[in-house]
Amino acid sequence: MRRTVPLTITFIVGTGLILSVFFPPFETVGEDFSLFFDIIAVFAFFLGGGNLLRVHGTRIQKKRRDWGYSFITVAGFFLMLAAGLFKLWNPGGITADVTAPGSLFQLMYNWVFNPLGATMYALLAFYVASASYRAFRAKNSDATILLVAAFIILLGRTPLGFYATSWIPDSFSLLQIPNLAIWVMTSPNLAGQRAIMIGIALGVVSMSLRLILGVERTHLGVEE
Amino acid sequence: MSSVGLIISLFIIGAGLLWLLILSLTGREVERRIVFLFIGLAVSVPLLFNITFSERATPIVLDVFDKLEDLPPGSKVLLSYDYGPSMAPEVEPMSNAFLRHSLAKGHKLYLMALWATGQSLVATAVDSIIKREFPDKVYGEDYVNIGFKAGGTGVLNVIITDFRKMYLTDVDGLDLDSLFIFDGVKSLRDMDVLISIGGGFPGVKEWVLFAGAPGNIPTAGGCAAVSAPLLYPYYPRQLLGLLGGIKGAAEYESELKKRYPRFETMPTPGIKMMGPQTLAHLVVMAFIVIGNISYFISRRKRS
Repeated sequence: MRRTVPLTITFIVGTGLILSVFFPPFETVGEDFSLFFDIIAVFAFFLGGGNLLRVHGTRIQKKRRDWGYSFITVAGFFLMLAAGLFKLWNPGGITADVTAPGSLFQLMYNWVFNPLGATMYALLAFYVASASYRAFRAKNSDATILLVAAFIILLGRTPLGFYATSWIPDSFSLLQIPNLAIWVMTSPNLAGQRAIMIGIALGVVSMSLRLILGVERTHLGVEE
Repeated sequence: MSSVGLIISLFIIGAGLLWLLILSLTGREVERRIVFLFIGLAVSVPLLFNITFSERATPIVLDVFDKLEDLPPGSKVLLSYDYGPSMAPEVEPMSNAFLRHSLAKGHKLYLMALWATGQSLVATAVDSIIKREFPDKVYGEDYVNIGFKAGGTGVLNVIITDFRKMYLTDVDGLDLDSLFIFDGVKSLRDMDVLISIGGGFPGVKEWVLFAGAPGNIPTAGGCAAVSAPLLYPYYPRQLLGLLGGIKGAAEYESELKKRYPRFETMPTPGIKMMGPQTLAHLVVMAFIVIGNISYFISRRKRS
């Protein structure tokens, strides 16, 4: 029973979604399944919140290393949750948009969450530079080609690439750095990306068929 | 001030890099902290001295611009904020430019988000751009904010056939049928162009796969620079154009300023951030060269 029910649901939903794409009368079936999915997706928030509390709650309770950070995480979680659920300081009251200007939720979003998120992302620049210095070495011909392509893209993504090669006549315009960068993106990169995408798509089709037909059962905790 | 700043910043960074090059010639590795210091300088000095460069829009950016430009006033443009605060500094200049361009052209704007974090960004944009710069635009007639719904691609699967199955109201709880802007709008297929801003999942790619391509709806996008290479396979047939990273935003802003005198004094964070990006790229390139020199010296010593 524990295996048959999930396998039957997978078969019905999978077959329904395939039919909805290829046969117009089944289009509404696909829509309905998508709606079910959207409703289930909402519960992922509960799952995420519960998991966050479980992980950090245990860490605080047992006073594990850096439990102070966990405390701040949990406090921030509850503060944002309260601000959103009860629409604290919301000028429009409880029925208004949670992100209304002046609401505590939007204030905390703009003045705490926004700068913190941007700061975390900005730190990447430092690590990318450090990693480039240590790892980007012309050790062999493949690495050298990668290095040359990286230089072209790095220069091509700045106005300097244009200034540095604008003297090249139009008949050789492909050699201008911005055009070279576009060529790298639209030729070698495109070919590689398409090959990867087609490979992934074929893999997805094969895995989907295995799941729908019940051949693949590892997600149910069953070894083949 | 700008040229003085440029000279000072180039001198500091150039002299420092030369020093590091000499260090590497003697076979010494550069410490991580030194790399961080140089990146910090490369990013902050152009911001302090307001160093900017002129931009020329590339075809992939111009394609999006021309699409919005060529649509007759009153066309329906859907703008989806599929990103969060971490990506905002890179892609927000794009969404702001799309907002300004669409409203200046008199298009009808439908704002939504596939990311939970996007709804607040829409609210900020409405408050800081639409209400301030376009006070004549009426909510519910010229623009609407329908907010976020969970489900990602599932949301797209539904609204491609019927908006009302997923969105009964806008973010303020107003019935979609009571909003003039939704008169005659049943699904995404009634939109003239779809624009997704974001670089994660769901994002531009999902809009192409689940809405643009199956519905034959013109779709454009803006994304973080790291995501752009993944989207090139869809350009130009399924994706009419793409703004990749801050460079794409700067190109769009410069085109907007060139063609619309009213935007001459608008904030241009994209153009402004190209100064730090340019110098940071140069510093990264210099470090790669220095790293390779030190690598070859150490290899020669070993052999």
